[in-house]
Amino acid sequence: MNVAASPVRAEDFQAPGPGIFDLPAAFQVGSQGITKPMLQLVLAALVVFVFFYAAASRRAMVPSKLQYAGETAYSFVRNGLGRDIIGSHDFQRFLPYLSALFFFVLVNNIFATLPFIQFPTFSRAGMAYALAGVSWLVYNGVGVQKHGFFGYLKLQTVPSGVSKAILPLLIPLEFFSNIVVRPITLALRLFANMFAGHILLVLFATGGLYLIQHQGLLGAVAGPLAWVLAVAVAFLELLVQFLQAYVFALLNAMYISGALADEH
Amino acid sequence: MDGNLNMIGYGLAAIGPGVGIGLIFAAYINGVARQPEAQGRLQAIAILGFALAEALAIIGIALAFVL
Repeated sequence: MNVAASPVRAEDFQAPGPGIFDLPAAFQVGSQGITKPMLQLVLAALVVFVFFYAAASRRAMVPSKLQYAGETAYSFVRNGLGRDIIGSHDFQRFLPYLSALFFFVLVNNIFATLPFIQFPTFSRAGMAYALAGVSWLVYNGVGVQKHGFFGYLKLQTVPSGVSKAILPLLIPLEFFSNIVVRPITLALRLFANMFAGHILLVLFATGGLYLIQHQGLLGAVAGPLAWVLAVAVAFLELLVQFLQAYVFALLNAMYISGALADEH
Repeated sequence: MDGNLNMIGYGLAAIGPGVGIGLIFAAYINGVARQPEAQGRLQAIAILGFALAEALAIIGIALAFVL
């Protein structure tokens, strides 16, 4: 709605909106258009695979720089996410999934700041939904595998130590929260952070340009300031990109450990 | 000036999670200051709390664009 009616001039500032994420197809395969984020997904998978493959081949007792980097990166996920969250008993079999997930999301997020790419893959919600769908299958799958279908449902929906009278209220709520909403918030968290960060960057960059071009002397001072802020926001975004990849993998580990937990 | 009231609503809705995230990290810093060796355990809990509080802001921004 219009907050204030004002005549729209040609040089009025157009604030960036959700429209900036609708990229045209880079090329067509059959009737299916292939867009930039799709290519980035493939590229990120390749980058992660090649890095760890190269780091893990030619292992030596005295590690090369590449091997050392690979081992440091891997042990960050292994110890910080796997062992501390899932527990030393059965974290080993989830490590391939968790480390692949973390580095895949991390590389995709860093694409938002990487020159020449500068587009966060997960600012397209569909990509994040697919990733959250995979993690939904994983944590429910391992839960059903360990406890059986009804045992797992009971674990997730019946909180222990609650009087029977309140259970009819709690069971639907817990089911809704643990089975239905979890993957949605998981996907939306990643998506919204990338989306908002990219919009913020575009706003500062285009806003600065607009100020310099159309606002005279005041704009010539304020515009470069906006660009300085854009650089600052880009560094903040680097932090957010890492944090969101970490949170995504951490929540996956927590959901898995919750699904594996023994009943008390 | 064109605009959308949804964005003002979202700004208001983000106050709650903002305060919440501040409280979570205040408690985390307090805890680490009192017991630095517990940082590893506290960090995971703090990040989880942060993620849960942030979920509200995220639902807000999604609805701000959808409604």
